[in-house]
Amino acid sequence: MSERFTKSMARNIYYGGSAFFILLFLGLTFDTVTALPERDNRDQLTEEVARGKEVWEVNNCVGCHSLMGEGAYFAPELANVFDRRGGADEATFKTYLKGWMMAQPIPAPGRRKMPQFHLTDQEINDLAEFLIWTSRIDDNNWPPNIEG
Amino acid sequence: MKYKSQAVAKPYFVFALILFVGQIVFGLILGTQYVIGDFLFPAIPFNVARMVHTNLLIVWLLFGFMGATYYLVPEESQRELHSPLLAWVLFWVFAAAGTLTIIGYLAVPYAKLAEITGNHLLPTMGREFLEQPTITKIGIVVVALGFLYNVGLTVLKGRKTVVNIVLMTGLVGLAVFFLFAFYNPSALTLDKYFWWWVVHLWVEGVWELILASILAFVLIKTTGVDREVIEKWLYVIIAMALISGIIGTGHHYFYIGAPEYWLWLGSVFSALEPLPFFMMMLFAINMVRRRRRNHPNRAATTWAIGCAVMAFLGAGVWGFLHTLAPVNYYTHGSQLTAAHGHLAFFGAYAMIVMAIISYAMPLMRGRVANNAQAQKLEIASCWLMSIGMLLITLFLTGAGVHQVMLQRWPESGEALAFMATHDALAGWFWARLAAGGLFTLGLIAYLVSFFVPQREVAPTEDAEAQTAAA
Ligand code: HEC
Ligand code: HEM
Ligand code: HEM
Ligand SMILES: [Fe+2]
Repeated sequence: MSERFTKSMARNIYYGGSAFFILLFLGLTFDTVTALPERDNRDQLTEEVARGKEVWEVNNCVGCHSLMGEGAYFAPELANVFDRRGGADEATFKTYLKGWMMAQPIPAPGRRKMPQFHLTDQEINDLAEFLIWTSRIDDNNWPPNIEG
Repeated sequence: MKYKSQAVAKPYFVFALILFVGQIVFGLILGTQYVIGDFLFPAIPFNVARMVHTNLLIVWLLFGFMGATYYLVPEESQRELHSPLLAWVLFWVFAAAGTLTIIGYLAVPYAKLAEITGNHLLPTMGREFLEQPTITKIGIVVVALGFLYNVGLTVLKGRKTVVNIVLMTGLVGLAVFFLFAFYNPSALTLDKYFWWWVVHLWVEGVWELILASILAFVLIKTTGVDREVIEKWLYVIIAMALISGIIGTGHHYFYIGAPEYWLWLGSVFSALEPLPFFMMMLFAINMVRRRRRNHPNRAATTWAIGCAVMAFLGAGVWGFLHTLAPVNYYTHGSQLTAAHGHLAFFGAYAMIVMAIISYAMPLMRGRVANNAQAQKLEIASCWLMSIGMLLITLFLTGAGVHQVMLQRWPESGEALAFMATHDALAGWFWARLAAGGLFTLGLIAYLVSFFVPQREVAPTEDAEAQTAAA
């Protein structure tokens, strides 16, 4: 590097630049957090939805599935499974999810396996509510199509 | 080795490598389950193998960073470590907590583990990379605090070099951002927004400071280039890392419910993120070219340059590939993500840990460098692992592009379903598994290189004289 560009200049860019962008990031974070309740329909985040998220977490569904594109890439995306398998109808989806959860693991040799989680009816209902709420978050139109 | 207390780095390095082996065993299990869906089911479901694989990775890298710190801080500070005893105690606490957690993952269903460890009191489990029970997370914080106290006091009482200060900043940042692991709101987008403060602000933020400072240390020692020059590079690299990487977090905020302005903010700033990695590569190559002496440890130099090059490929090139919002719309959460994740983690962080181990381990074993035969094997293992990882990345990239073509690009109705798509990708996944086998051979060669008998051992006094020259 050129001799005229000194170490102390480099250091000042480091401190000044980092400080500036940390502050900018905090500002943007404030704005995002303020904007989120409308984008995620916070008013519809019920007790059931919150409990459903906990069922999702303590069974580590994200260790095989992705949710809004994040998680693992071994099993189908589930943020839009309400639209894909439930036809965006709440009653249909709940019946479907209950049937699906009860049927696991499907005895097809060589096929990827989803375990049996022994969930109660209430837990499955909470999960369904969580997945329905999630499917309605405004995520800039992702995924590109119904297959996720 | 100039200071006796530097030797506490050794157990950290040894344990890191043991965990690395575990990580790869579970990587091979995962790779097999990708093509033989019921392999080891129901004993080890995919999600369990995956959390063991990724958690072992994070923990062995943390052991590596701590070992690196214990080795380099006394030497840079020109004084003994504040408390070697504390370093030993924390080693056992961390090793025990880590081992128990892995046993927990494997021994009981995850929901049971959550129940036993009282997850409902402070729910933090069940999110990618943050699967550890809440008490383990608290343990990590305690270990981190003790560690920072120990090395922090050493730095404060000793000579303050740029390498030391940048390293400390990175380590403090690592601990601070980990605290966001305890924030788990019910609103999913909010949860994801701050989850990335742990994950992205680690690997594309404060860890880059750790990476750059360890790299600088190894280069100072092996090339003998003037500190002033190296320190200037170091500042430029970390300045670029933070200037691009902080707002660059936005490349994860495209499609999780955050506002639209992140689409262009994230794209623009993360498009600059390859720069620090490019500079790091120039830096390493330049310093080795301008070296003032030929350090006998050629293996360490190989790792250092290899690290800079592979980090640029994995983070810089493969990161850029999918970081623009319109591209990411199609690749988000596909096999391409896995391709990038593997090459970036291996190139940047696994390789920097092996670089410092390569430099420090012989010194801790009483010689400047291993003999030619051991080094030859070590260098060959570096190439084998690197080629294995490059092949894993290429096959996953092929799988990712193919997946997008079948599943993401066509309209609803015409697109192939996820499971049908993955059936069509099986060839790529078999190839990835084979490349994983090659990688494993490299790892075995690497471990064997530690046990090559040292016939013409360099006397310790020579080692002291050599390092004193730096
Ligand atoms: C060990 C991996 C694994 C875990 C953990 C897992 N799943 Fe699955 N899941 C799968 C696989 C594999 C499939 C695809 C099965 C098939 O098509 O035969 C699947 C399919 C599904 C589907 C159907 C998706 C579709 O579009 O057809 C739903 C719904 C689902 N899982 C929900 C869940 C929930 C809820 C959890 C957590 C309680 C969970 N899964 C945990 C592996 C897993
Ligand atoms: C034998 C070699 C390896 C194989 C076969 C392998 C296989 C896998 C598989 C199948 C997954 C899960 C992908 C999914 O969610 O669908 C995974 C995840 C991961 N592995 Fe490996 N792995 C190997 C080595 C490594 C190494 C050496 C590293 C890093 C140094 C690594 C880092 C990771 C990371 C970071 C993830 C999470 C990726 C993400 O979320 O995008 N793996 N691995
Ligand atoms: C050494 C540094 C880096 C490491 C270790 C790393 C690792 C990872 C990992 C593991 C993931 C997957 C996370 C998940 O599971 O959801 C990821 C995602 C991503 N990374 Fe990196 N990364 C690095 C640098 C970069 C850089 C420099 C860029 C951009 C130029 C980048 C762009 C991305 C993008 C866009 C995603 C999201 C992929 C998706 O939408 O699925 N990364 N990274
Ligand atoms: Fe990132």
